[in-house]
Amino acid sequence: MGNPASSDPSEWVDRYGDYLFRYAMLRLRDRSGAEDMVQETFLAALNSRGSFSGGSSEATWLVGILKHKIADHYRHQAREAPLEGGDLSEHPDAGNFDGVGHWTAGPAEWGGNPADLYRQGEFLEQFRKCLSGLSTNHANAFTLREIEGLGTAEVCKVLNITETNLWVILHRARGLLRRCLETRWFGTAAGKGS
Amino acid sequence: MLSCKDVTRLISESMDRSLPLRKRIGVRVHLLICKFCARYERQLLQIREMARHIVATEEKPGEPYWETLSEEARVRIGKSLQQH
Repeated sequence: MGNPASSDPSEWVDRYGDYLFRYAMLRLRDRSGAEDMVQETFLAALNSRGSFSGGSSEATWLVGILKHKIADHYRHQAREAPLEGGDLSEHPDAGNFDGVGHWTAGPAEWGGNPADLYRQGEFLEQFRKCLSGLSTNHANAFTLREIEGLGTAEVCKVLNITETNLWVILHRARGLLRRCLETRWFGTAAGKGS
Repeated sequence: MLSCKDVTRLISESMDRSLPLRKRIGVRVHLLICKFCARYERQLLQIREMARHIVATEEKPGEPYWETLSEEARVRIGKSLQQH
């Protein structure tokens, strides 16, 4: 056997295209952006095939390249669209509190067994739609923190914001997601479905 | 006294850092007596679980809810690889 390194690049699209695309879609929430990112990843991989050691799987190596590109993309977006007042000001459930900050309309009971929920493709689709509905800053912060699982300091570095601002943004992102899921799934779809 | 509005904010914050002791106790006491805020906390934690679950299933091919590369993109990317 010769070089244990990467496989024939002409097979990459078939082997890894969909996987990398799904990975990028979840994080970018934009089809053409995700497709471009997959293409860039393959081209970068082609140019640096020497860096593939064979120590990890080829898929892992490619995802590593894609990850860097996505982080660059977040940094770029953070520079292009810095935080605005609206990103930080209002409480995500502002309309559901009275003057002294007590619930007027509290969260609804979601019901159902979470484990069953996750098996339903339709539910996960709604989750992603709710995430896509957030502003770019909210969605990117949520994605880095909860999907990528980065620590808050790292998220702040990528988005170039303070920790205090990140707490507020995540609070808003989670609150808006919660409300969206309640409306889209637990309030209507779940009731209709069962 | 913490209001529900304060507590919901602190619930989220506690998912990102360890709250100072006084606040932590304030939140815990509030959650004992307020079912809406307790529910809110459960749901935020459930959302965290959902995100983790999505990542965990990411590698499984053929899950119905995942899109695939469009045929057009597949061809375009294939061509760009050949040209290099």
